[in-house]
Amino acid sequence: MSTKQTIVVIGNGMVGQNFLAGLVSSGKHTDYDIVTFCEEPRAAYDRVHLSSFFSGKTAEDLSLVEEGFFERSGITLHLGDKAAHIDRAAKTVTSAKGAIIDYDKLVLATGSYPFVPPVPGHERPHCFVYRTIEDLEAITASAKDGKVGVVIGGGLLGLEAAKALTDLGLETHVVEFAPRLMAVQLDEAGGAMLRQKIEALGVAVHTGKNTSVIKDGDGCRHKMCFADGTELETDLILFSAGIRPRDELARASGLEMGPRGGIAIDNQCRTSDPDIYAIGECALWNGMIYGLVAPGYAMARTVVADLTGGEGSFTGADMSTKLKLMGVDVASIGDAHAKTPGAMVYTYQNGASEVYKRLVVSQDRKKLLGAVLVGDASGYGTLLQYCLNGIDLPENPDALILPSRSDESVGLGPDALPMSATICSCYNVTKGDICQSIDGGCTTIAGLKAETKASTGCGGCAALLKSVLNSELAKHGYEVNTDLCEHFPYTRQDLYNLIMVKQIRTFDELLEKYGKGRGCDICKPAVGSILSSYWNDYILKNEHVGLQDTNDTFLANMQKDGTYSVVPRITGGEIKPDMLIALGQVAKNYQLYTKITGGQRVDLFGARVDQLPSIWKDLIDAGFESGHAYGKSLRTVKSCVGSTWCRYGVDDSVGLAIELENRYKGLRSPHKLKFAVSGCTRECAEAQGKDVGVIATETGWNLYVCGNGGMKPRHADLFATGLDKETLIQLIDRFLIFYVRTADRLQRTSVWMENMEGGLDYLKSVIIDDRLGICEQLEQQMKYVIDTYQCEWKTTINDETRLKRFRHFINSDAQDDNVLFVEERGQFRPALENERKHFKLNVETEKETVTGEVE
Amino acid sequence: MTEWIDVCGADDLQPDSGICALVEGRQVAIFYLPKEKALFAVGNYDPIGRANVLSRGMIGDLSGQPVVASPLYKQHFNLETGVCVEDAAVSVPVYPIRIENGRVEVGVGG
Ligand code: SRM
Ligand SMILES: Cc1cc2nc3c(=O)[nH]c(=O)nc-3n(C[C@H](O)[C@H](O)[C@H](O)COP(=O)(O)OP(=O)(O)OC[C@H]3O[C@@H](n4cnc5c(N)ncnc54)[C@H](O)[C@@H]3O)c2cc1C
Ligand code: SF4
Ligand code: FES
Repeated sequence: MSTKQTIVVIGNGMVGQNFLAGLVSSGKHTDYDIVTFCEEPRAAYDRVHLSSFFSGKTAEDLSLVEEGFFERSGITLHLGDKAAHIDRAAKTVTSAKGAIIDYDKLVLATGSYPFVPPVPGHERPHCFVYRTIEDLEAITASAKDGKVGVVIGGGLLGLEAAKALTDLGLETHVVEFAPRLMAVQLDEAGGAMLRQKIEALGVAVHTGKNTSVIKDGDGCRHKMCFADGTELETDLILFSAGIRPRDELARASGLEMGPRGGIAIDNQCRTSDPDIYAIGECALWNGMIYGLVAPGYAMARTVVADLTGGEGSFTGADMSTKLKLMGVDVASIGDAHAKTPGAMVYTYQNGASEVYKRLVVSQDRKKLLGAVLVGDASGYGTLLQYCLNGIDLPENPDALILPSRSDESVGLGPDALPMSATICSCYNVTKGDICQSIDGGCTTIAGLKAETKASTGCGGCAALLKSVLNSELAKHGYEVNTDLCEHFPYTRQDLYNLIMVKQIRTFDELLEKYGKGRGCDICKPAVGSILSSYWNDYILKNEHVGLQDTNDTFLANMQKDGTYSVVPRITGGEIKPDMLIALGQVAKNYQLYTKITGGQRVDLFGARVDQLPSIWKDLIDAGFESGHAYGKSLRTVKSCVGSTWCRYGVDDSVGLAIELENRYKGLRSPHKLKFAVSGCTRECAEAQGKDVGVIATETGWNLYVCGNGGMKPRHADLFATGLDKETLIQLIDRFLIFYVRTADRLQRTSVWMENMEGGLDYLKSVIIDDRLGICEQLEQQMKYVIDTYQCEWKTTINDETRLKRFRHFINSDAQDDNVLFVEERGQFRPALENERKHFKLNVETEKETVTGEVE
Repeated sequence: MTEWIDVCGADDLQPDSGICALVEGRQVAIFYLPKEKALFAVGNYDPIGRANVLSRGMIGDLSGQPVVASPLYKQHFNLETGVCVEDAAVSVPVYPIRIENGRVEVGVGG
């Protein structure tokens, strides 16, 4: 028998797991035997990001438990087993499966359940709640053969659920009992502005509606009848009418409860039984249930401190929130409803740009008490810091919400924050913690995330974290340098804008006006790429030729021995037998090593520079064109065989792949671009691993963006669903040019997306909703690029002066004697170092070749 | 004594870019910067990538010193001294070069 005390944790949700992780990182977990009951079929996952399940995140992606965590820390996990009974006298917990565990300390982290109003008919099939991965799976299945969906409840979660339903392709309605949306967080005008914006996105909003019964529908599965006599037909109903604490176990064991439920706790998170703690959404502190994860984490830290002899107490938490609901920025801080006696209110409303802001300040106008922001929440970080840290307001507080018309800056710089200011409330990281990491040598956002966990929760603090980092680095004398290189004190995006606005056509002109020196292998290709995306000139024009990497100069990829590979375009991977024979014939004539690539085409290796033009001439005569394997440009559009042959195919994926590849071939971009089109959701073309992926569905094409294989694989995000081909192409046009314009050099779309402020929702608002009003321009630019496409190889072999470059020596027809081939498996490959010795042609240094002193 | 070997015409030079010449058995990479009328000649063999490719590298400057970047692994070689910027222990030979009567000449010996 172990002499250690036993801690039992009931519930392995977000807070329960955070408690376990905290205990383990305190190092004191070895003092205890730890047992946890997890009712769900999987250990803790990130409920906050539950909705990303609909955009392709898997249960694994959402997991909050590092692999091997329980084993390593010696914690016993009872998975899929529910704690059924607590015997406080005997100090035991009995589970549904019959396990009986003695405890010394018990932690209740049972969370909450969604409240379903007892409307007659609420238990009908196709009525759901939104809390677990299983709920989402059931919703997805039900949405497959439904057309209309209703969310009951227009609060935070309800609106998030509504977004999920629209993403699933349903005509979506939100039904709210209160007279406005997000009644808890927003005032009337804010709620009205939010409603206007959400309706503009195609979601019907019905406020002031009391559902009296749900019965069989005429055209849909259900008919909802409202108290005012109106009706609404729908196939699917999602209840999101608030949460209720899961306090049934505690109640049955006689612990003290709040009048409306919730397990009462004190500042140490102890219940009325000193050996039992309650944390998270099941706990009631000072009459409050906190439906957010950050207060739950604060409670978990308190209990860890209490058990390990540390100091800590829970004294309430800030309920300020900032979210992007269906692409609309919404934020609420502190006393949003101006309930504090004497509070003064400032409001700013801009009907044209649909922005609403409200400030609540103290009677003496010195302190900020609360705020509401709809449509533009960029001021959230600053306002929150004023509020939380009691910082004195500027003389005219309204300047904080009025659009700034001059250069005067009213933002609160990170310097104005005290060291105690909480930067990340999810992980309780203060400015002091961050500064300490920076002092310790951590100088990147990624590093700070790893060290302090800041910004790894909801992500709401990312912008603030970055500004603290930059300001600290500047103070440490580091230059926060975003310059492209020593020749241009600008970012790639700046240079793009300069070229566009000043209509610059050459590198020299740009260098003369905005740079210095001669340029280098960083800025030259970057500028070369921008010039060709924008002007789409022939890349071997005299003024551009020096800008290209050797691969672009010789329109082929250099291999390790200085020879090149040849990759003709095979759109969609479809090839006529005659073309395949012709390709084989060329490979055979020039004795090129031949391989099928990972991009559904054929690569011919081992071509000497002087052979490239005649190889390409033969290929072009046979009907091939450049595959741009050398360029930062579109590589391939991979396809599966689709409806043409496959018994499951929903649409013609090969046809679409060919069309897309022909449309975008040659477009120069910050990095290479890969597409794929699958004919059904079995996804044989792996479209979700591509920069642009398209999948056929019964209702049209689904578009995915920003996927990546390679070094750091990333699943693509679902961007739009059920598209016809015309709309699909329009969205891809816009997406690509927006990427070309705004990405950093050599930044794949995946990394571009990861770094984008506002993420997927922002991108959608720009590309789908035209939030910046630039979509027409983007489309026009794409049209220009498409209209000016040329096969670079065709242009090159018809231009004598260009062909001059394609020889090894300017003054001799001799060949590079360092290129040596060896036969293997019936083809030629470069000789290895030891094989070269064998050939007695070791070219270690120039001298040896010249003097012939060969070993 | 430097012996000047005729390699090609001045109009064979590639502006802001490189060509390779065979000079008495040596492979010589020749770079031409028309704006400053500068010519450079270094060995074509990249001792790090172990291939004859430097003439196909990009040219530019780093902290003011003219360099060529190897097209294989992107190390930079100073065009005046031949020394590798990333690893001073590695270098390529440099050769005198000039234009005489519209012809490019590379110096050997001496
Ligand atoms: C030939 C091929 C391998 C093969 O034999 O199958 C290949 C060969 C090279 N790949 Fe690749 N990749 C090939 C398919 C892929 C794929 C698979 C795909 O496209 O479906 C991937 C993963 C998918 C992706 O990119 O998201 C892939 C991810 C990479 C990466 C990592 C990119 C990343 O974002 O992490 C690099 C390195 C880079 O680009 O910086 C790379 C770089 C290279 C380079 C260019 C390395 C180099 O600089 O020499 C190789 C050039 C070969 C040549 O000379 O043609 N290759 N490479 C494939 C050519 C496909 C084609 O037909 O164009
Ligand atoms: C869709 C969605 C979006 C959200 N978005 C945000 C957001 O943006 N920001 C934010 O701060 N919060 C958000 N929340 C709220 C956040 O998820 C919760 O605050 C958080 O999960 C609370 O953690 P918890 O551990 O208390 O409860 P839970 O995470 O629910 O965990 C409780 C666990 O205990 C288990 N359990 C209950 N009883 C027993 C028993 N008897 N035996 C064994 N196991 C039991 C439950 O099955 C559950 O797994 C969101 C919630 C949802 C559903
Ligand atoms: S995986 Fe590496 S070795 Fe293989 S082709 Fe791609 S880059 Fe070359
Ligand atoms: S505030 Fe949520 S991650 Fe920092």
